[in-house]
Amino acid sequence: MLSNTLLMALREIQRNVLRSGLTVLGIIIGVAAVIVIVTLGAGTTRQVGSEISKMGSNMITLVPGGDMRMGGASGAAPPFLAADVEALRRELVGVSAIAPYAQRMDQVIVGNENRRVNIVGTVAEISVVRNWKVTDGRLFTLSEERSGKAVCIIGATIRKEMMAGMEPLGATVRVGKLSCEVIGVLEPKGQAMFGGDQDATVVLPIRTYQRRIVGNDRIAQILISGADSADLSDLKLQITQVMRERRNIAAGERSNFSVIDMTEVAGVMQTTIGVMTTFLSAIAGVSLLVGGIGIMNIMLVSVTERTREIGIRLAIGATEREVMLQFLVEAAMLSAGGGLLGITLGLIGAASIAPAINVPFVFQTSTVVQAFLFSAAVGVIFGFMPARRAARLNPIEALRHE
Amino acid sequence: MSKQGSASALMAEQSPGPLVAFENVSKIYGKGDAEVRALNGVNLQINAGEFVAVMGPSGSGKSTAMNILGCLDKPTSGRYLFKGVDVGGLASDQLAMLRRHFLGFVFQGFNLLARTTALENLELPLIYQRIEKARRRAMALEALETVGLADRADHTPAELSGGQQQRVAIARAIVTKPSLLLADEPTGNLDSARSHEIMQLLTRLNRERGLTVVLVTHEDDIAAYAGRRLDFRDGRIVRETRNTGKPSHAQ
Ligand SMILES: Nc1ncnc2c1ncn2[C@@H]1O[C@H](COP(=O)(O)OP(=O)(O)OP(=O)(O)O)[C@@H](O)[C@H]1O
Ligand SMILES: [Mg+2]
Repeated sequence: MLSNTLLMALREIQRNVLRSGLTVLGIIIGVAAVIVIVTLGAGTTRQVGSEISKMGSNMITLVPGGDMRMGGASGAAPPFLAADVEALRRELVGVSAIAPYAQRMDQVIVGNENRRVNIVGTVAEISVVRNWKVTDGRLFTLSEERSGKAVCIIGATIRKEMMAGMEPLGATVRVGKLSCEVIGVLEPKGQAMFGGDQDATVVLPIRTYQRRIVGNDRIAQILISGADSADLSDLKLQITQVMRERRNIAAGERSNFSVIDMTEVAGVMQTTIGVMTTFLSAIAGVSLLVGGIGIMNIMLVSVTERTREIGIRLAIGATEREVMLQFLVEAAMLSAGGGLLGITLGLIGAASIAPAINVPFVFQTSTVVQAFLFSAAVGVIFGFMPARRAARLNPIEALRHE
Repeated sequence: MSKQGSASALMAEQSPGPLVAFENVSKIYGKGDAEVRALNGVNLQINAGEFVAVMGPSGSGKSTAMNILGCLDKPTSGRYLFKGVDVGGLASDQLAMLRRHFLGFVFQGFNLLARTTALENLELPLIYQRIEKARRRAMALEALETVGLADRADHTPAELSGGQQQRVAIARAIVTKPSLLLADEPTGNLDSARSHEIMQLLTRLNRERGLTVVLVTHEDDIAAYAGRRLDFRDGRIVRETRNTGKPSHAQ
């Protein structure tokens, strides 16, 4: 009987393809919008996650200026110095690597090639803190770092686009006014989600960078990587204590530096994306509600139009429940069909938008299943009233209906 | 399924009495001043295998009586016994089962499903009887053959003449092999020649299959096909005539 009911419903929908299509348009649009939003939201969340993990796990960043989240001014805040790095190295427990870090855009010249790229000053330990890998050559040695030797490690883009056909190792690269020898090439890291090419970079020992590029002894950031077993919040506390002591900041006074936990930042970002996704989905979901009302409207019209048919069915022995089921199945089929169509359109839409905004396309089975079930439920809920009306018709009057 | 079983069980024991009986049946529509006594204390017995014509002026209660006989309506007072069972005590689902298994309807306006082929129209009552597809098809084709329209199986009502539509409607009413066929002015929309074709078909079904037929008509020559004639007036049976020329096929 159920298969017959399904067949009957299908035939009825086919009989009025155009009307059926228009009826479920709201559902189609609503479901498609939800799918696009949720899919892109999931893609963005994953993107943020992978960006953060690319930066290195367990990473804490120490930057000048008060708590950024509290809007502390960073302009007047004192910068870090090499002595701060040494102090942290001495005092902190549960740390796997510490790297001072500074950067700025500057001219790089290789032969005839000339380009403004990101110049970074740091130490070899950066490879631990930020997961940087050297594919050719090597990292800085301790003595190179101490003496501020003119050596550099180049990003993959520099090698590919400025040193085509050249053996990079041992070659000379001009950074600003400094000529330095290439001792290594970094593994490509790809496009950043915000901002440009991460591989268009030249890395110098921090001392070389300070003396020969910027001409001061400031350190913009100190990057600290916790040991695998380390408790990051405890580490943050240690860092805060060491720095406050070094700077003689009295109890109750605000710090003039900030300790930022990147996984925490990632978490906040992902939560924000999640909230945004939910909010936008809810707005799109309203369209589903409107779609449901559209279905109810058409089903009511259909019941009136088919009053005589209902009378015939009752006369030849259909029970009220069977008539009701017939109309319910019809409504559910309409909206579930609209849901399927919406899901398809939504996935196609998400798949074509995702590359354009540089976000991975993340197919989520659970979202698709939920969207489908929800649209079917809309049909059942909004089809209920018309179906009950059909089932409660008086057969004699229904048969007489013109 | 169980409900069907119980409906069949309900009617299983063949009572020796009449197929249907009205005991002092009244039907009142409306209340107070607007009250209409469509039926007023009707007593009536119809045996299995009879062919009965119901006549009477407009508004005399013929259709009301047919609706009650067809379990589409219940009497306001009095008892309606179908195979000895008081229909007044049955729930709406049980009445649906009675209609499904024991009753066939033919209407003045044919009442076939539009945009649905003759064959599919015939299959509809069988679908409700949960008869599986292959057998359903065979039964429907056989019924179409009985009414001489096997070659129109794939035609929709719009593609059939009035007489043909009414023959399809009769086929639909008998495809379930009912005990009682109720026809309310089945020839009302047909010309004389077509009307007589329909009456010959009903007579044949009555004779060959022992199908009990109750038919409402305004025409004497149509009523003449029946074995017994009941005249209604103001909600009562005022005359009952046996047709000696065409004897009733009641035992
Ligand atoms: N649903 C109803 N509500 C109120 N009055 C009704 C209803 N159905 C029938 N009646 C009244 O009951 C009486 C009998 O009606 P019925 O339809 O049985 O007459 P009929 O003999 O079939 O007439 P006709 O030959 O015109 O078909 C009429 O007076 C009619 O107006
Ligand atoms: Mg009538």
